[in-house]
Amino acid sequence: MTGDPLVTPMHDYRLSQLDQLEAESIHIFREVAAEFERPVLLFSGGKDSIVMLRLAEKAFYPARVPFPVMQVDTGFDFQEVLDTRDSWVDRLGVRMIVASVDQAIADGIVVDDGKTTRNRLQIGTLLNAIEEEGFTAAFGGGRRDEEKARAKERVYSHRDEFGQWDPKNQRPELWSLYNGRIAEGEHMRIFPLSNWTELDVWHYIHREQIEIPSIYYAHKREVFERDGMLLSYGDHATLKSGETVEERLVRFRTVGDMTLTGCVESSAATTAEIIDEIAIARVTERGATRGDDRFSEAAMEDRKKEGYF
Amino acid sequence: MTAPVTDAPETLDESRMDLLRFATAGSVDDGKSTLIGRLLLDSKAIFEDQLEAVEATSQSKGYDYTDLALLTDGLRSEREQGITIDVAYRYFATPRRKFIIADTPGHVQYTRNMVTGASTADLGLVLVDARSGLTEQSRRHAVILSLLRVPHLVLAVNKMDLVDYDEDTFNKIRDEFDTFAAKLAIPDLTVIPISALKGDNVVTRSEAMPWYQGTSLLHHLENVHVASDRDLVDTRFPVQYVVRPKSDEFHDYRGYAGQVAGGVLKPGDEVQVLPSGFTSKIAGIDLHEQSIDEAFPPMSVTVRLTDDLDVSRGDMICRPQNAPTPTQDIDAMVCWMTNQPLRPRQKLAIKHTTRNARAMVKDLQYRLDINTLHRDLDTQELGLNEIGRVKLRTTAPLFVDAYEKNRTTGSFILIDEATGVTVGAGMIL
Repeated sequence: MTGDPLVTPMHDYRLSQLDQLEAESIHIFREVAAEFERPVLLFSGGKDSIVMLRLAEKAFYPARVPFPVMQVDTGFDFQEVLDTRDSWVDRLGVRMIVASVDQAIADGIVVDDGKTTRNRLQIGTLLNAIEEEGFTAAFGGGRRDEEKARAKERVYSHRDEFGQWDPKNQRPELWSLYNGRIAEGEHMRIFPLSNWTELDVWHYIHREQIEIPSIYYAHKREVFERDGMLLSYGDHATLKSGETVEERLVRFRTVGDMTLTGCVESSAATTAEIIDEIAIARVTERGATRGDDRFSEAAMEDRKKEGYF
Repeated sequence: MTAPVTDAPETLDESRMDLLRFATAGSVDDGKSTLIGRLLLDSKAIFEDQLEAVEATSQSKGYDYTDLALLTDGLRSEREQGITIDVAYRYFATPRRKFIIADTPGHVQYTRNMVTGASTADLGLVLVDARSGLTEQSRRHAVILSLLRVPHLVLAVNKMDLVDYDEDTFNKIRDEFDTFAAKLAIPDLTVIPISALKGDNVVTRSEAMPWYQGTSLLHHLENVHVASDRDLVDTRFPVQYVVRPKSDEFHDYRGYAGQVAGGVLKPGDEVQVLPSGFTSKIAGIDLHEQSIDEAFPPMSVTVRLTDDLDVSRGDMICRPQNAPTPTQDIDAMVCWMTNQPLRPRQKLAIKHTTRNARAMVKDLQYRLDINTLHRDLDTQELGLNEIGRVKLRTTAPLFVDAYEKNRTTGSFILIDEATGVTVGAGMIL
């Protein structure tokens, strides 16, 4: 006799799409941990990187996550995000590295000319940290549904010695057989959430009751309007003439540098309400709230080529 | 923007929604981008800001229409040249299913890209232009999808509006394809007449073709049965990672983590571990913090055994009387993916499930002409985008099944050891 007789007809051995995505991501985490010498998880404290950390936690349970996390601190990050970051790091007992843009400016690694955004200054800061720590693989929370350049991204994305991505020279990726070979000085960016959409991420946060920064939920905030975006009024905001501050009920769809990350008016106070809201949203999360993607049609692609995640 | 709950679409019942991965193929002007654009647009997977960007670009290029291809050509150089360079992955969902499209370019490097896209696909979608009928390219695409054992195939006969929705034209193409497909391993074929531009039979049934009794393309994609395509009989569990917490709480915990590649695993099952050949029993199966009753493909789980065996990454857990074949001699169809040709005696790295080894090309038996299915026995090498039958000798045994039996334990990739580039995709015979 070989194998088992096929089991009860009521059982169709189907996995929901979210369970399939979870299984695929966990496979990727384990593969990287097994084959790379020094992986690191890029952890901003935003929803995608928190979902990644939760998946990593599951992949190695009951052992600890076998790699550190690294945050590239723009110096302009929301306090709520930093608090959530710390609470995750404490709970999982992982080592955290903070690569600070302010420090990189002070060290002369990147140049703050007053015009370059913090988002762009993150690139040099990140690449320097990867090189200094000798990381050979860096997990990022990028999803292919976010942006058209990202739709072309591999799960394992090769970066040369300069940290550059070459979209025309990507390795074919077949089945679930990932090729992690790199030469000295090169590294791989790993995107376990490649096949997830924004809605999948929210369904997962909802299902798993995952702790995320409070600013994702509706709250009252002092905001001002610029280029059609609602920006947060606070320490790093300088109003231009004609701009006025008012209090509105808002939430954030993405989190990042607070000078560039807009919020949306919303009363969604629970993950279930956010899911309902996103299901009928007519604008992408980046289109709605990320100033850094508006500079040119290929802004994301250009930053990625330079080494952005 | 506030979202009144009453405006919400049919709530996605996530716990029941499943997944269909499909690969699209077709030549340059057959309207593939338009079709994908329409599927995305009609399923509301395209957002206003994306559509506005595409409209603006179309205008600035002087087009008098919105070029939906701009939605899918994501890279600067693609838009500059108006061509698609590489496989892109796109996503949309209906209340029943989530879809992942592997959008493979029709020209330049088609075979390599098709193989990449088809390797994970449950369904292949081949587009033909109703005016020109089957071309060499459509046949090639069908051959590749059958080699890659994509279980379902849809032939979409597009641009029916340009042939006056003529039934005879459609029947002729369908019959010709049927005859051709009879020579291939295509277990399930559906042929649908559509107009991607006008939307006929894409999302809803077309009134322009009353003679067509079948379903719309989207309806077919939503309903095609894929759950039974997996092997639930032959247990295959490649060990990916050994979990050893060595913490106070889990001092003696030793788990073997991996993704189930075949069969159903249950606590109490007798198992054998390759290569050692030792047998043991499954003590428990852990899915994160939970212990579960059974695991099946494609679940990622952690298996504990009742005995303390020496098991490590690259080992295979299976059933004692139902094991894959341990072998160092591999007979396979290989698709070559790089400019430097594959030649006999060549040495490469090979990755098969969680095993890494080195491989030498012992023999190149023939090159397959994917237009005619002719076997060229005199060939000395395989060039870029060519497929051939190859014998390999590996430095360590691999635990293999025929690709037609199991797409996970039957597939491998070949890597150039000097450059680290993936140069070949293999399907074990």
